[in-house]
Amino acid sequence: MTAEPLVLGIETSCDETGIGIVRGRTLLANVIASSMDEHARYGGVVPEIAARAHLEALQPTLEAALAEADVTLDDLDAIAVTSGPGLAGALMVGVGAAKALALGAGKPLYAVNHLVGHVGADVLRADGSALELPTIALLVSGGHTSLLHVRDLLDDVELLGETIDDAAGEAFDKVARLLGLPYPGGPQIDRVAASGDPRAIRFPRGLTLPKDLEKHRYDFSFSGLKTAVARWVEKTEAAGSPVPVSDVAASFREAVVDVLLTKALAACRDRGVSRLLLGGGVVANARVREVAAARCADAGVELRIPPLSLCTDNGAMIAALGAELALRGREPSPLSFGADSTLPVTTAQAF
Amino acid sequence: MLLAIDTSSGTSVSVVDREAGVLAEVTELDTRRHAEVIGELIAACLDEAGIEPSRLSAVVAGMGPGPFTGLRVGIAAARAFAFGAGKPCLPLVSHDAIAFERLGGPALATGGAPVARSPLLVVTDARRREVYWSAYSHLDEQGLPVRVAGPSLVRPADLDEAIAGSCGPVFSAEAARTDPASTVVSAAALGLLGETLYTAGRPFAADEPLYLRSPDVTIPGAPKRVS
Ligand SMILES: [Zn+2]
Repeated sequence: MTAEPLVLGIETSCDETGIGIVRGRTLLANVIASSMDEHARYGGVVPEIAARAHLEALQPTLEAALAEADVTLDDLDAIAVTSGPGLAGALMVGVGAAKALALGAGKPLYAVNHLVGHVGADVLRADGSALELPTIALLVSGGHTSLLHVRDLLDDVELLGETIDDAAGEAFDKVARLLGLPYPGGPQIDRVAASGDPRAIRFPRGLTLPKDLEKHRYDFSFSGLKTAVARWVEKTEAAGSPVPVSDVAASFREAVVDVLLTKALAACRDRGVSRLLLGGGVVANARVREVAAARCADAGVELRIPPLSLCTDNGAMIAALGAELALRGREPSPLSFGADSTLPVTTAQAF
Repeated sequence: MLLAIDTSSGTSVSVVDREAGVLAEVTELDTRRHAEVIGELIAACLDEAGIEPSRLSAVVAGMGPGPFTGLRVGIAAARAFAFGAGKPCLPLVSHDAIAFERLGGPALATGGAPVARSPLLVVTDARRREVYWSAYSHLDEQGLPVRVAGPSLVRPADLDEAIAGSCGPVFSAEAARTDPASTVVSAAALGLLGETLYTAGRPFAADEPLYLRSPDVTIPGAPKRVS
Protein backbone atom coordinates (compact mmCIF):
# COMPACT_ATOMS: atom_id res chain seq x y z
CA MET A 1 0.00 0.00 0.00
CA THR A 2 1.27 3.51 -0.80
CA ALA A 3 2.07 6.02 1.91
CA GLU A 4 -1.03 7.96 0.91
CA PRO A 5 -3.67 5.36 0.08
CA LEU A 6 -6.68 6.63 -1.87
CA VAL A 7 -9.73 5.22 -0.08
CA LEU A 8 -13.47 5.54 -0.73
CA GLY A 9 -15.78 5.16 2.29
CA ILE A 10 -19.44 4.10 2.28
CA GLU A 11 -21.70 4.94 5.23
CA THR A 12 -25.35 3.83 5.49
CA SER A 13 -25.90 3.13 9.21
CA CYS A 14 -28.79 5.53 9.77
CA ASP A 15 -30.53 8.10 7.56
CA GLU A 16 -27.52 9.58 5.74
CA THR A 17 -26.08 7.97 2.63
CA GLY A 18 -22.49 9.15 2.86
CA ILE A 19 -19.66 8.65 0.38
CA GLY A 20 -16.27 10.10 1.22
CA ILE A 21 -12.89 9.91 -0.44
CA VAL A 22 -9.56 10.52 1.31
CA ARG A 23 -5.93 10.35 0.26
CA GLY A 24 -4.10 9.25 3.38
CA ARG A 25 -5.24 11.85 5.92
CA THR A 26 -6.37 14.40 3.38
CA LEU A 27 -10.05 14.86 2.66
CA LEU A 28 -10.90 14.89 -1.06
CA ALA A 29 -14.69 14.51 -1.06
CA ASN A 30 -17.52 14.20 1.44
CA VAL A 31 -20.94 13.87 -0.20
CA ILE A 32 -24.08 13.14 1.79
CA ALA A 33 -27.65 12.39 0.68
CA SER A 34 -30.02 12.55 3.63
CA SER A 35 -33.51 11.08 3.90
CA MET A 36 -34.19 13.29 6.93
CA ASP A 37 -37.09 15.13 5.30
CA GLU A 38 -38.90 11.84 4.61
CA HIS A 39 -38.82 11.02 8.33
CA ALA A 40 -40.03 14.43 9.50
CA ARG A 41 -43.74 13.59 9.53
CA TYR A 42 -43.07 10.52 11.68
CA GLY A 43 -41.05 12.43 14.29
CA GLY A 44 -38.06 10.09 14.06
CA VAL A 45 -36.05 7.91 11.69
CA VAL A 46 -38.18 5.13 10.16
CA PRO A 47 -35.71 2.29 9.41
CA GLU A 48 -37.51 0.99 6.31
CA ILE A 49 -37.78 4.47 4.79
CA ALA A 50 -34.08 5.05 5.50
CA ALA A 51 -33.10 1.73 3.89
CA ARG A 52 -35.17 2.40 0.74
CA ALA A 53 -33.60 5.84 0.44
CA HIS A 54 -30.06 4.39 0.73
CA LEU A 55 -30.69 2.05 -2.20
CA GLU A 56 -31.78 4.93 -4.43
CA ALA A 57 -29.14 7.42 -3.25
CA LEU A 58 -26.06 5.19 -3.36
CA GLN A 59 -25.04 5.44 -6.99
CA PRO A 60 -25.74 9.17 -7.48
CA THR A 61 -23.81 9.88 -4.26
CA LEU A 62 -20.91 7.70 -5.43
CA GLU A 63 -20.79 9.51 -8.74
CA ALA A 64 -20.90 12.91 -7.04
CA ALA A 65 -18.08 11.98 -4.64
CA LEU A 66 -15.82 10.69 -7.42
CA ALA A 67 -16.47 13.88 -9.38
CA GLU A 68 -15.79 16.07 -6.34
CA ALA A 69 -12.50 14.27 -5.62
CA ASP A 70 -11.69 14.25 -9.34
CA VAL A 71 -10.64 10.59 -9.25
CA THR A 72 -11.93 7.41 -10.91
CA LEU A 73 -12.72 4.04 -9.34
CA ASP A 74 -9.58 2.75 -11.05
CA ASP A 75 -7.43 5.16 -9.04
CA LEU A 76 -8.65 3.81 -5.67
CA ASP A 77 -6.36 1.74 -3.45
CA ALA A 78 -9.20 0.43 -1.28
CA ILE A 79 -12.87 0.74 -0.33
CA ALA A 80 -14.20 0.93 3.24
CA VAL A 81 -17.75 0.42 4.48
CA THR A 82 -19.60 0.73 7.77
CA SER A 83 -20.38 -2.77 9.00
CA GLY A 84 -22.02 -1.54 12.25
CA PRO A 85 -23.33 -0.47 14.65
CA GLY A 86 -26.53 1.01 13.21
CA LEU A 87 -29.91 0.10 11.74
CA ALA A 88 -29.65 -3.46 10.36
CA GLY A 89 -31.65 -2.96 7.15
CA ALA A 90 -29.82 0.28 6.37
CA LEU A 91 -26.38 -1.23 7.03
CA MET A 92 -27.16 -4.17 4.73
CA VAL A 93 -27.60 -1.87 1.72
CA GLY A 94 -24.13 -0.41 2.20
CA VAL A 95 -22.53 -3.78 2.97
CA GLY A 96 -24.09 -5.48 -0.08
CA ALA A 97 -23.16 -2.60 -2.36
CA ALA A 98 -19.61 -2.26 -1.01
CA LYS A 99 -18.81 -5.95 -1.49
CA ALA A 100 -20.09 -5.90 -5.06
CA LEU A 101 -18.39 -2.59 -5.86
CA ALA A 102 -15.09 -3.97 -4.54
CA LEU A 103 -15.47 -7.10 -6.69
CA GLY A 104 -16.61 -5.21 -9.79
CA ALA A 105 -13.76 -2.72 -9.55
CA GLY A 106 -11.22 -5.26 -8.26
CA LYS A 107 -10.36 -3.40 -5.03
CA PRO A 108 -9.67 -4.56 -1.44
CA LEU A 109 -12.44 -3.90 1.07
CA TYR A 110 -12.28 -2.89 4.74
CA ALA A 111 -15.36 -3.36 6.95
CA VAL A 112 -15.18 -0.77 9.72
CA ASN A 113 -16.86 0.38 12.92
CA HIS A 114 -19.09 3.45 12.68
CA LEU A 115 -18.30 4.76 16.18
CA VAL A 116 -14.55 4.37 15.75
CA GLY A 117 -15.09 6.18 12.44
CA HIS A 118 -16.47 9.19 14.34
CA VAL A 119 -13.19 9.32 16.29
CA GLY A 120 -11.15 8.73 13.12
CA ALA A 121 -12.80 11.76 11.48
CA ASP A 122 -10.43 13.90 13.54
CA VAL A 123 -7.43 12.83 11.43
CA LEU A 124 -8.96 14.80 8.53
CA ARG A 125 -8.66 18.23 10.17
CA ALA A 126 -7.82 20.91 7.65
CA ASP A 127 -5.06 22.35 9.85
CA GLY A 128 -3.14 19.11 9.38
CA SER A 129 -2.68 18.49 13.11
CA ALA A 130 -2.60 14.81 13.98
CA LEU A 131 -5.12 12.92 16.10
CA GLU A 132 -3.57 13.07 19.55
CA LEU A 133 -3.94 10.08 21.79
CA PRO A 134 -4.95 9.05 24.32
CA THR A 135 -8.24 10.93 24.30
CA ILE A 136 -11.69 10.66 25.82
CA ALA A 137 -14.31 10.81 23.06
CA LEU A 138 -17.95 11.80 23.52
CA LEU A 139 -20.08 10.73 20.54
CA VAL A 140 -23.63 12.04 20.59
CA SER A 141 -26.28 11.79 17.88
CA GLY A 142 -29.83 10.68 17.22
CA GLY A 143 -28.61 7.08 17.13
CA HIS A 144 -25.94 6.87 19.81
CA THR A 145 -24.58 8.45 23.00
CA SER A 146 -21.21 6.89 23.80
CA LEU A 147 -18.26 7.79 25.96
CA LEU A 148 -14.97 6.22 24.87
CA HIS A 149 -11.39 6.07 26.08
CA VAL A 150 -9.24 5.88 22.96
CA ARG A 151 -5.62 4.84 23.42
CA ASP A 152 -5.13 3.58 19.88
CA LEU A 153 -7.62 4.16 17.06
CA LEU A 154 -7.38 0.63 15.68
CA ASP A 155 -6.42 -1.54 18.61
CA ASP A 156 -7.37 0.07 21.87
CA VAL A 157 -10.77 1.72 22.11
CA GLU A 158 -12.61 1.19 25.38
CA LEU A 159 -16.33 1.82 25.81
CA LEU A 160 -16.67 3.64 29.14
CA GLY A 161 -20.41 4.14 28.95
CA GLU A 162 -23.40 4.66 26.71
CA THR A 163 -27.08 5.48 26.92
CA ILE A 164 -29.18 2.88 28.68
CA ASP A 165 -32.37 4.11 26.97
CA ASP A 166 -32.77 6.98 24.47
CA ALA A 167 -29.90 8.54 22.55
CA ALA A 168 -29.46 12.25 23.37
CA GLY A 169 -30.51 13.25 19.85
CA GLU A 170 -33.67 11.19 20.23
CA ALA A 171 -34.50 13.05 23.46
CA PHE A 172 -34.19 16.35 21.57
CA ASP A 173 -36.63 15.03 18.93
CA LYS A 174 -39.15 13.85 21.52
CA VAL A 175 -39.08 17.01 23.62
CA ALA A 176 -39.37 19.14 20.47
CA ARG A 177 -42.51 17.23 19.54
CA LEU A 178 -43.88 17.74 23.03
CA LEU A 179 -43.37 21.48 22.60
CA GLY A 180 -45.04 21.44 19.18
CA LEU A 181 -41.75 21.99 17.34
CA PRO A 182 -40.92 20.16 14.07
CA TYR A 183 -38.40 17.35 13.43
CA PRO A 184 -35.43 17.19 13.75
CA GLY A 185 -35.61 18.54 17.29
CA GLY A 186 -32.00 19.58 17.90
CA PRO A 187 -31.89 22.76 15.81
CA GLN A 188 -35.47 23.66 16.83
CA ILE A 189 -34.73 23.37 20.55
CA ASP A 190 -31.52 25.34 19.97
CA ARG A 191 -33.46 28.09 18.19
CA VAL A 192 -36.19 28.64 20.80
CA ALA A 193 -33.80 28.09 23.72
CA ALA A 194 -31.74 31.08 22.60
CA SER A 195 -34.24 33.44 24.25
CA GLY A 196 -34.97 31.20 27.25
CA ASP A 197 -33.51 30.94 30.75
CA PRO A 198 -31.57 27.68 31.22
CA ARG A 199 -32.04 27.96 35.00
CA ALA A 200 -35.81 28.55 34.86
CA ILE A 201 -36.69 24.92 35.59
CA ARG A 202 -34.43 22.40 37.30
CA PHE A 203 -34.94 19.22 35.28
CA PRO A 204 -33.37 15.97 36.54
CA ARG A 205 -29.87 14.91 35.47
CA GLY A 206 -30.13 11.19 34.68
CA LEU A 207 -27.75 8.72 36.39
CA THR A 208 -25.90 11.38 38.40
CA LEU A 209 -27.06 10.50 41.93
CA PRO A 210 -24.44 8.73 44.08
CA LYS A 211 -26.37 5.44 44.04
CA ASP A 212 -26.62 5.50 40.21
CA LEU A 213 -23.01 6.56 39.79
CA GLU A 214 -21.82 3.36 41.43
CA LYS A 215 -23.18 1.24 38.64
CA HIS A 216 -23.49 3.77 35.82
CA ARG A 217 -20.60 6.18 36.33
CA TYR A 218 -20.25 6.86 32.58
CA ASP A 219 -23.67 5.74 31.33
CA PHE A 220 -26.43 8.08 30.23
CA SER A 221 -30.21 8.04 30.53
CA PHE A 222 -32.51 10.58 28.89
CA SER A 223 -35.85 8.82 29.16
CA GLY A 224 -36.57 10.13 32.68
CA LEU A 225 -35.66 13.66 31.63
CA LYS A 226 -38.06 13.49 28.69
CA THR A 227 -40.86 12.30 31.01
CA ALA A 228 -40.06 15.05 33.52
CA VAL A 229 -40.39 17.67 30.78
CA ALA A 230 -43.71 16.16 29.66
CA ARG A 231 -45.01 16.14 33.23
CA TRP A 232 -43.96 19.74 33.81
CA VAL A 233 -45.67 20.88 30.59
CA GLU A 234 -48.87 18.99 31.47
CA LYS A 235 -48.94 20.45 34.97
CA THR A 236 -48.51 23.95 33.61
CA GLU A 237 -51.26 23.44 31.05
CA ALA A 238 -53.58 21.93 33.70
CA ALA A 239 -53.06 25.04 35.80
CA GLY A 240 -54.27 27.08 32.84
CA SER A 241 -50.92 28.82 32.40
CA PRO A 242 -49.19 29.34 29.05
CA VAL A 243 -46.18 27.05 28.57
CA PRO A 244 -42.96 29.12 28.49
CA VAL A 245 -41.57 27.21 25.52
CA SER A 246 -38.24 29.05 25.45
CA ASP A 247 -37.56 28.45 29.13
CA VAL A 248 -38.57 24.78 28.91
CA ALA A 249 -36.33 24.27 25.85
CA ALA A 250 -33.39 26.10 27.43
CA SER A 251 -33.75 24.23 30.74
CA PHE A 252 -34.08 20.85 29.01
CA ARG A 253 -31.08 21.54 26.80
CA GLU A 254 -29.09 22.61 29.85
CA ALA A 255 -29.90 19.33 31.62
CA VAL A 256 -28.73 17.28 28.62
CA VAL A 257 -25.56 19.32 28.09
CA ASP A 258 -24.77 19.31 31.81
CA VAL A 259 -24.93 15.52 32.07
CA LEU A 260 -22.96 14.96 28.87
CA LEU A 261 -20.09 17.24 29.85
CA THR A 262 -20.06 16.33 33.54
CA LYS A 263 -19.62 12.66 32.70
CA ALA A 264 -17.12 13.31 29.89
CA LEU A 265 -14.95 15.47 32.14
CA ALA A 266 -15.23 12.98 34.98
CA ALA A 267 -13.82 10.41 32.57
CA CYS A 268 -10.94 12.76 31.67
CA ARG A 269 -10.19 13.24 35.36
CA ASP A 270 -10.55 9.59 36.40
CA ARG A 271 -8.43 8.36 33.52
CA GLY A 272 -5.84 11.11 33.73
CA VAL A 273 -6.51 12.09 30.10
CA SER A 274 -6.40 15.79 29.31
CA ARG A 275 -8.06 15.60 25.90
CA LEU A 276 -11.73 15.47 24.93
CA LEU A 277 -12.93 14.84 21.39
CA LEU A 278 -16.55 15.50 20.44
CA GLY A 279 -18.35 13.77 17.55
CA GLY A 280 -21.86 13.08 16.28
CA GLY A 281 -24.64 15.33 15.04
CA VAL A 282 -25.46 16.83 18.45
CA VAL A 283 -22.19 18.75 18.17
CA ALA A 284 -24.17 21.04 15.87
CA ASN A 285 -25.90 22.25 19.04
CA ALA A 286 -24.40 25.65 19.90
CA ARG A 287 -24.86 25.18 23.65
CA VAL A 288 -23.01 21.83 23.62
CA ARG A 289 -19.98 23.51 22.04
CA GLU A 290 -20.18 26.53 24.37
CA VAL A 291 -20.38 24.54 27.61
CA ALA A 292 -17.75 22.08 26.38
CA ALA A 293 -15.34 24.94 25.64
CA ALA A 294 -15.91 26.63 29.03
CA ARG A 295 -15.70 23.49 31.14
CA CYS A 296 -12.70 22.07 29.29
CA ALA A 297 -10.87 25.39 29.75
CA ASP A 298 -11.64 25.28 33.50
CA ALA A 299 -10.44 21.71 33.80
CA GLY A 300 -7.31 22.23 31.69
CA VAL A 301 -8.57 19.75 29.11
CA GLU A 302 -7.79 20.25 25.42
CA LEU A 303 -11.05 20.18 23.43
CA ARG A 304 -11.16 18.94 19.84
CA ILE A 305 -14.25 19.30 17.69
CA PRO A 306 -13.93 18.27 14.02
CA PRO A 307 -15.82 20.45 11.51
CA LEU A 308 -19.57 19.79 11.63
CA SER A 309 -19.61 18.09 8.20
CA LEU A 310 -17.27 15.47 9.66
CA CYS A 311 -19.22 15.17 12.95
CA THR A 312 -22.57 14.17 11.50
CA ASP A 313 -22.66 10.71 9.90
CA ASN A 314 -20.53 10.74 6.74
CA GLY A 315 -18.52 8.54 4.41
CA ALA A 316 -15.28 10.53 4.81
CA MET A 317 -14.78 9.29 8.38
CA ILE A 318 -15.28 5.71 7.14
CA ALA A 319 -12.75 6.31 4.37
CA ALA A 320 -10.35 7.85 6.92
CA LEU A 321 -10.57 4.78 9.15
CA GLY A 322 -10.09 2.54 6.11
CA ALA A 323 -7.01 4.55 5.17
CA GLU A 324 -5.58 4.14 8.70
CA LEU A 325 -6.05 0.37 8.38
CA ALA A 326 -4.37 0.38 4.98
CA LEU A 327 -1.54 2.63 6.22
CA ARG A 328 -0.79 0.22 9.01
CA GLY A 329 -0.70 -2.69 6.59
CA ARG A 330 -3.82 -4.43 7.85
CA GLU A 331 -5.31 -7.18 5.70
CA PRO A 332 -8.63 -6.34 4.02
CA SER A 333 -11.77 -7.88 5.54
CA PRO A 334 -12.89 -11.21 4.06
CA LEU A 335 -16.06 -11.06 1.92
CA SER A 336 -18.04 -12.95 4.56
CA PHE A 337 -18.53 -10.14 7.09
CA GLY A 338 -22.09 -9.07 7.77
CA ALA A 339 -24.05 -6.03 8.85
CA ASP A 340 -23.74 -6.04 12.64
CA SER A 341 -26.20 -3.62 14.28
CA THR A 342 -24.45 -4.00 17.66
CA LEU A 343 -20.79 -4.16 16.57
CA PRO A 344 -18.74 -3.28 19.72
CA VAL A 345 -16.28 -0.34 19.68
CA THR A 346 -13.47 -2.71 20.56
CA THR A 347 -13.79 -3.96 16.96
CA ALA A 348 -12.43 -1.20 14.71
CA GLN A 349 -12.34 -3.55 11.73
CA ALA A 350 -14.96 -6.26 11.21
CA PHE A 351 -14.11 -9.70 9.85
CA MET B 1 -22.06 -12.83 -21.05
CA LEU B 2 -24.09 -11.73 -18.04
CA LEU B 3 -23.75 -11.77 -14.26
CA ALA B 4 -27.21 -12.32 -12.74
CA ILE B 5 -28.11 -11.55 -9.13
CA ASP B 6 -31.40 -12.21 -7.36
CA THR B 7 -32.20 -11.92 -3.65
CA SER B 8 -35.99 -11.91 -3.80
CA SER B 9 -36.04 -15.25 -1.95
CA GLY B 10 -32.63 -16.66 -1.02
CA THR B 11 -29.43 -15.37 -2.60
CA SER B 12 -28.79 -16.62 -6.14
CA VAL B 13 -25.92 -15.60 -8.40
CA SER B 14 -25.06 -16.86 -11.86
CA VAL B 15 -22.90 -16.25 -14.90
CA VAL B 16 -24.58 -17.12 -18.21
CA ASP B 17 -23.64 -16.88 -21.83
CA ARG B 18 -25.88 -16.78 -24.89
CA GLU B 19 -23.94 -19.56 -26.65
CA ALA B 20 -22.44 -21.54 -23.78
CA GLY B 21 -25.48 -21.41 -21.51
CA VAL B 22 -25.04 -21.49 -17.71
CA LEU B 23 -21.36 -21.14 -16.81
CA ALA B 24 -21.90 -21.00 -13.06
CA GLU B 25 -24.72 -20.76 -10.56
CA VAL B 26 -24.65 -20.71 -6.76
CA THR B 27 -27.66 -20.31 -4.52
CA GLU B 28 -27.92 -19.89 -0.77
CA LEU B 29 -31.47 -20.68 0.35
CA ASP B 30 -31.19 -19.03 3.78
CA THR B 31 -33.46 -15.99 3.62
CA ARG B 32 -31.69 -14.09 6.41
CA ARG B 33 -28.06 -13.99 5.28
CA HIS B 34 -28.13 -12.00 2.04
CA ALA B 35 -25.61 -9.34 3.12
CA GLU B 36 -23.23 -11.96 4.54
CA VAL B 37 -23.14 -14.28 1.51
CA ILE B 38 -23.56 -11.95 -1.48
CA GLY B 39 -19.86 -11.16 -1.91
CA GLU B 40 -18.64 -14.74 -1.63
CA LEU B 41 -21.33 -15.98 -4.04
CA ILE B 42 -20.41 -13.40 -6.69
CA ALA B 43 -16.70 -14.22 -6.28
CA ALA B 44 -17.40 -17.97 -6.44
CA CYS B 45 -19.45 -17.59 -9.64
CA LEU B 46 -16.85 -15.50 -11.44
CA ASP B 47 -14.22 -17.97 -10.33
CA GLU B 48 -16.17 -21.03 -11.48
CA ALA B 49 -16.95 -19.37 -14.81
CA GLY B 50 -13.29 -18.41 -15.03
CA ILE B 51 -13.93 -14.84 -16.12
CA GLU B 52 -12.94 -11.31 -15.13
CA PRO B 53 -15.63 -8.63 -14.65
CA SER B 54 -14.37 -6.93 -17.81
CA ARG B 55 -15.58 -9.89 -19.92
CA LEU B 56 -19.22 -9.32 -18.93
CA SER B 57 -21.60 -7.41 -21.20
CA ALA B 58 -23.89 -6.41 -18.34
CA VAL B 59 -25.29 -7.29 -14.93
CA VAL B 60 -28.96 -8.29 -14.57
CA ALA B 61 -30.78 -7.58 -11.32
CA GLY B 62 -33.91 -9.33 -10.06
CA MET B 63 -36.13 -6.46 -8.88
CA GLY B 64 -38.58 -8.66 -6.98
CA PRO B 65 -41.23 -8.91 -5.80
CA GLY B 66 -39.62 -10.02 -2.56
CA PRO B 67 -39.40 -9.20 1.15
CA PHE B 68 -37.66 -5.84 1.20
CA THR B 69 -34.66 -6.24 3.50
CA GLY B 70 -33.22 -9.09 1.45
CA LEU B 71 -34.42 -7.87 -1.93
CA ARG B 72 -32.52 -4.61 -1.50
CA VAL B 73 -29.19 -6.35 -0.88
CA GLY B 74 -29.24 -7.98 -4.33
CA ILE B 75 -30.32 -4.83 -6.14
CA ALA B 76 -27.69 -2.75 -4.32
CA ALA B 77 -25.07 -5.38 -5.16
CA ALA B 78 -26.06 -5.68 -8.83
CA ARG B 79 -26.03 -1.92 -9.33
CA ALA B 80 -22.73 -1.49 -7.44
CA PHE B 81 -20.99 -4.37 -9.25
CA ALA B 82 -22.11 -2.95 -12.60
CA PHE B 83 -20.91 0.52 -11.59
CA GLY B 84 -17.59 -0.89 -10.37
CA ALA B 85 -17.03 -2.87 -13.57
CA GLY B 86 -18.26 -0.06 -15.83
CA LYS B 87 -21.12 -2.15 -17.24
CA PRO B 88 -24.86 -1.49 -17.54
CA CYS B 89 -27.22 -2.88 -14.88
CA LEU B 90 -30.39 -4.32 -16.41
CA PRO B 91 -33.47 -4.76 -14.21
CA LEU B 92 -35.83 -7.74 -14.57
CA VAL B 93 -38.99 -8.85 -12.76
CA SER B 94 -37.94 -11.87 -10.66
CA HIS B 95 -41.26 -13.67 -11.26
CA ASP B 96 -40.58 -13.51 -15.00
CA ALA B 97 -37.50 -15.66 -14.41
CA ILE B 98 -39.58 -18.30 -12.62
CA ALA B 99 -42.13 -18.32 -15.47
CA PHE B 100 -39.38 -18.41 -18.09
CA GLU B 101 -37.88 -21.46 -16.39
CA ARG B 102 -41.18 -23.31 -15.76
CA LEU B 103 -42.47 -22.71 -19.28
CA GLY B 104 -39.31 -24.10 -20.87
CA GLY B 105 -37.57 -20.88 -21.86
CA PRO B 106 -34.00 -21.94 -21.00
CA ALA B 107 -34.33 -25.07 -23.19
CA LEU B 108 -35.74 -22.98 -26.02
CA ALA B 109 -32.97 -20.41 -25.61
CA THR B 110 -30.36 -23.13 -26.07
CA GLY B 111 -32.02 -24.77 -29.08
CA GLY B 112 -34.62 -27.06 -27.50
CA ALA B 113 -38.19 -27.69 -28.63
CA PRO B 114 -40.96 -25.21 -27.83
CA VAL B 115 -43.30 -26.21 -25.03
CA ALA B 116 -47.07 -26.32 -25.06
CA ARG B 117 -48.98 -23.12 -24.54
CA SER B 118 -49.84 -23.40 -20.91
CA PRO B 119 -51.01 -20.78 -18.45
CA LEU B 120 -48.91 -20.47 -15.31
CA LEU B 121 -49.45 -18.77 -12.02
CA VAL B 122 -46.26 -17.87 -10.19
CA VAL B 123 -46.91 -17.69 -6.44
CA THR B 124 -44.09 -16.91 -4.00
CA ASP B 125 -43.82 -16.36 -0.26
CA ALA B 126 -44.23 -12.75 0.87
CA ARG B 127 -44.07 -13.60 4.61
CA ARG B 128 -46.60 -12.13 7.06
CA ARG B 129 -49.21 -14.61 5.79
CA GLU B 130 -49.27 -13.12 2.30
CA VAL B 131 -48.07 -14.23 -1.15
CA TYR B 132 -46.83 -12.46 -4.27
CA TRP B 133 -48.40 -13.63 -7.52
CA SER B 134 -48.07 -13.07 -11.27
CA ALA B 135 -50.04 -14.70 -14.12
CA TYR B 136 -48.48 -15.83 -17.44
CA SER B 137 -50.41 -17.04 -20.48
CA HIS B 138 -47.55 -18.62 -22.49
CA LEU B 139 -44.09 -18.16 -23.97
CA ASP B 140 -44.24 -15.99 -27.08
CA GLU B 141 -42.52 -16.82 -30.40
CA GLN B 142 -39.24 -15.35 -29.09
CA GLY B 143 -39.40 -17.60 -26.05
CA LEU B 144 -40.34 -14.84 -23.64
CA PRO B 145 -43.01 -15.29 -20.94
CA VAL B 146 -46.15 -13.20 -21.50
CA ARG B 147 -47.24 -11.75 -18.16
CA VAL B 148 -50.97 -11.01 -18.16
CA ALA B 149 -51.34 -9.89 -14.53
CA GLY B 150 -49.21 -9.02 -11.54
CA PRO B 151 -46.93 -8.93 -9.77
CA SER B 152 -49.32 -8.34 -6.89
CA LEU B 153 -49.61 -9.05 -3.19
CA VAL B 154 -52.53 -10.93 -1.63
CA ARG B 155 -53.56 -13.15 1.29
CA PRO B 156 -53.69 -16.81 0.17
CA ALA B 157 -57.42 -16.96 0.95
CA ASP B 158 -58.06 -14.14 -1.51
CA LEU B 159 -55.79 -15.46 -4.28
CA ASP B 160 -58.50 -17.18 -6.40
CA GLU B 161 -60.70 -14.14 -6.35
CA ALA B 162 -57.78 -11.91 -7.32
CA ILE B 163 -56.82 -14.14 -10.27
CA ALA B 164 -60.39 -14.53 -11.47
CA GLY B 165 -60.79 -10.78 -11.25
CA SER B 166 -57.66 -10.07 -13.31
CA CYS B 167 -57.51 -13.05 -15.70
CA GLY B 168 -61.01 -14.58 -15.73
CA PRO B 169 -62.32 -17.79 -14.12
CA VAL B 170 -61.05 -20.04 -16.93
CA PHE B 171 -57.43 -19.00 -16.34
CA SER B 172 -57.85 -19.44 -12.64
CA ALA B 173 -59.10 -23.02 -13.11
CA GLU B 174 -56.59 -24.08 -15.81
CA ALA B 175 -53.32 -22.51 -14.76
CA ALA B 176 -50.62 -24.54 -13.06
CA ARG B 177 -49.49 -22.93 -9.82
CA THR B 178 -46.11 -22.76 -8.18
CA ASP B 179 -45.92 -23.67 -4.50
CA PRO B 180 -45.00 -20.57 -2.47
CA ALA B 181 -43.33 -22.74 0.17
CA SER B 182 -40.71 -24.03 -2.27
CA THR B 183 -40.57 -21.61 -5.21
CA VAL B 184 -37.29 -19.72 -5.39
CA VAL B 185 -35.71 -17.63 -8.12
CA SER B 186 -32.79 -19.12 -10.01
CA ALA B 187 -30.25 -16.51 -11.09
CA ALA B 188 -29.36 -18.75 -14.04
CA ALA B 189 -32.96 -18.50 -15.29
CA LEU B 190 -32.85 -14.76 -14.66
CA GLY B 191 -29.62 -14.50 -16.63
CA LEU B 192 -30.88 -16.59 -19.56
CA LEU B 193 -34.07 -14.51 -19.61
CA GLY B 194 -31.80 -11.47 -19.82
CA GLU B 195 -29.90 -12.97 -22.75
CA THR B 196 -33.17 -13.82 -24.54
CA LEU B 197 -34.57 -10.32 -24.02
CA TYR B 198 -31.30 -8.83 -25.19
CA THR B 199 -31.23 -10.96 -28.34
CA ALA B 200 -34.87 -10.14 -29.07
CA GLY B 201 -34.13 -6.45 -28.59
CA ARG B 202 -36.96 -6.15 -26.09
CA PRO B 203 -37.05 -3.72 -23.16
CA PHE B 204 -36.02 -4.64 -19.67
CA ALA B 205 -38.14 -3.88 -16.58
CA ALA B 206 -38.43 -0.55 -14.78
CA ASP B 207 -35.45 0.20 -12.56
CA GLU B 208 -37.51 0.13 -9.37
CA PRO B 209 -37.57 -2.42 -6.55
CA LEU B 210 -40.91 -4.27 -6.45
CA TYR B 211 -41.60 -3.96 -2.74
CA LEU B 212 -45.40 -4.03 -3.22
CA ARG B 213 -45.76 -2.94 0.42
CA SER B 214 -45.50 0.44 2.05
CA PRO B 215 -43.08 0.80 4.96
CA ASP B 216 -44.72 -0.14 8.27
CA VAL B 217 -45.23 3.20 9.84
CA THR B 218 -48.02 5.31 11.22
CA ILE B 219 -48.08 9.04 11.59
CA PRO B 220 -47.86 9.72 15.32
CA GLY B 221 -50.78 11.37 17.07
CA ALA B 222 -50.46 13.89 19.87
CA PRO B 223 -47.80 12.93 22.44
CA LYS B 224 -49.16 10.58 25.12
CA ARG B 225 -49.87 12.08 28.52
CA VAL B 226 -47.48 10.98 31.24
CA SER B 227 -49.36 12.19 34.32
ZN1 LIG C 1 -23.02 8.32 13.99
